[in-house]
Amino acid sequence: MENFFVRYKNPLVLMAVLFIQVVSLATQVKRPENARAGTAGSGTRLIRVWTLTAFTPVEKMFVSTGHFFRDGWHNYADLRSVRRQNHELRDEVVRLQMEQVQLKQDADQARRLQVLLEFKEKYISKTVAAQVIATSGTEQSRVIVIDKGAHDGIKPDMAVITPDGIVGKVKDVFPLSSQVLLINDHDSGAGVILEHSRLQGIVKGTSLGELQINDIMSDEQIEAGDHVITSGGDRIYPKGFSVGTVISSTPDHDNDPFLAIKIKPSADLRRLEEVMVVTKVAEETPSVAGGPLPMRAADILAQRLPSVPKQDPNAPKTPGGITTGSVPANAAAATAKPSPTPAKANQPSGTDQKPGNANAPAKPMTTGTSAATVTPSAAKKTGTDNKPASSGQSAVSTGAGTASASPTPVKPKPATKKPKAADATTGAAEPKNSAPKTSDQPATEPPAATPTPEKPQL
Amino acid sequence: MNGSVSLTSREEIEVHRFSWPVSIGVPVLAIFLQVFLNIRFLTVLDLPLLVTIFFAVARRRPVPGMITGALIGTLQDAWTGHPIGLFGIAKTIVGYLGSSLGVKVDVENPGSRFLMTFAFVLIHRFVYMAISLQLVGGSESWLWGHTLLSALVNGLAAVVLFSLMDRLKLRN
Repeated sequence: MENFFVRYKNPLVLMAVLFIQVVSLATQVKRPENARAGTAGSGTRLIRVWTLTAFTPVEKMFVSTGHFFRDGWHNYADLRSVRRQNHELRDEVVRLQMEQVQLKQDADQARRLQVLLEFKEKYISKTVAAQVIATSGTEQSRVIVIDKGAHDGIKPDMAVITPDGIVGKVKDVFPLSSQVLLINDHDSGAGVILEHSRLQGIVKGTSLGELQINDIMSDEQIEAGDHVITSGGDRIYPKGFSVGTVISSTPDHDNDPFLAIKIKPSADLRRLEEVMVVTKVAEETPSVAGGPLPMRAADILAQRLPSVPKQDPNAPKTPGGITTGSVPANAAAATAKPSPTPAKANQPSGTDQKPGNANAPAKPMTTGTSAATVTPSAAKKTGTDNKPASSGQSAVSTGAGTASASPTPVKPKPATKKPKAADATTGAAEPKNSAPKTSDQPATEPPAATPTPEKPQL
Repeated sequence: MNGSVSLTSREEIEVHRFSWPVSIGVPVLAIFLQVFLNIRFLTVLDLPLLVTIFFAVARRRPVPGMITGALIGTLQDAWTGHPIGLFGIAKTIVGYLGSSLGVKVDVENPGSRFLMTFAFVLIHRFVYMAISLQLVGGSESWLWGHTLLSALVNGLAAVVLFSLMDRLKLRN
């Protein structure tokens, strides 16, 4: 027996070493949550911690030294062209100021519409700047190491971005550093929207380090150059961040009814130096700057002055003599009270919009009829995963558009018609019969941002 | 060696030794360069693998060879997003094969070094893929062109690197 061990010492040692490693590997694969949680008793975790902790100070020193010399040289070089750049920048500032005025109007309008729909938007409220100090060094794992860790408030699954676009997400956090899984790693994924077609998909990395969307049907028209942004649906990357642009769209032979859409990442993932970790994302309903929505002069006068409302013979009378149902539900809500959140008024009328749902309410905003009043930038701000105009949009558009923008009250409809006109599912099915004006009229009217004064109906 | 066929001369089967600083410093330096120098070319070049092969064939002892491979691979795993052990197992096998091969074949001339490294890169990649797909459940795909390019680049680099590292050997 002893002779056996002596004779086959090397293969036996090999098998023993391999066995230990396989068991270690199996433990990690079987219980990945332990490794992710970073429990102190995890041996694999300790190896990572020790290795990165030992290397990180040295790498930080090298990075700092390199940046010191490089920045010194760049500062010298920059000084030589700073005067010309200064002149160009002044022109740029003037141009941007003009753009800003336009964008501010659009943004204000978008916010008002968001308030109307109780649209909850995610804001990045805090970021931590970090430097890339290392990579995985292999093509099998596209991981970078940044010089910010648990001491800086970094946690797993935080989004990592650059001004150009998203980079990846935090995978493992160590005291002084963190590992970031790049979006082009084949284990990575992110929910995205094609900005032009508003199609949703999941962008994944490939073995070659490319970005690809594989879950869009082949009957969709995808054009090269279409911008891809994050959808926010993955709850990691904030919505609206640039992911990249479509390079090509070809049928995926391995995944037959779907397309293989290749994406060129916006951020240069091969030359990352500084990144930002999104450490805090706030979710709130945007508030309209300057308080509640401006009240229309007609509404103010209607409240203050005695009036004789139009009587609808079919509608029941209210104690105050005001006829319910004299106008469509949405228009009534808006006319009676231009509330900051008149979207609630839409709900009883049969729309299937859920307050706070970031996806559903936004759909019609960019494609619906009322969306005609929304500028592209406003639509971008409010809209999320818009699909082509669907059945529910006219009713919702009616609600939003009428409530916010209609300077002239919509012509009343008989009360018996009201449910159909306001119903989200039937509104589009019979748009001309039930409520043609309520769905079309607001689209042609001025937006809420600039309500035109009108004579009160007395 | 009893009764086994050996293609090496007496001089070639000399077991080389290395000082402790070299034994520790060179692998650490290789990993450091691999992860620190964010150069695309280096992602094709696998410096830790080359160091593993070099130490294995130079020492010509399977147990130290595989231990060296296991340690280097495990350290390399720490930098990846994968479970630790993928590179460790692959480099353990390469270390074992390298040290076993070093006993039987002349691994001192550039031609054999190129071929040996070329073959070990393929083996390393194959073992890595097998573990990744079968044990870890990875979704990587075997890319022949890329793998062959990597083997070619590493083979050429090994010729240069090994000749430089020969100077680190302790000679009696």
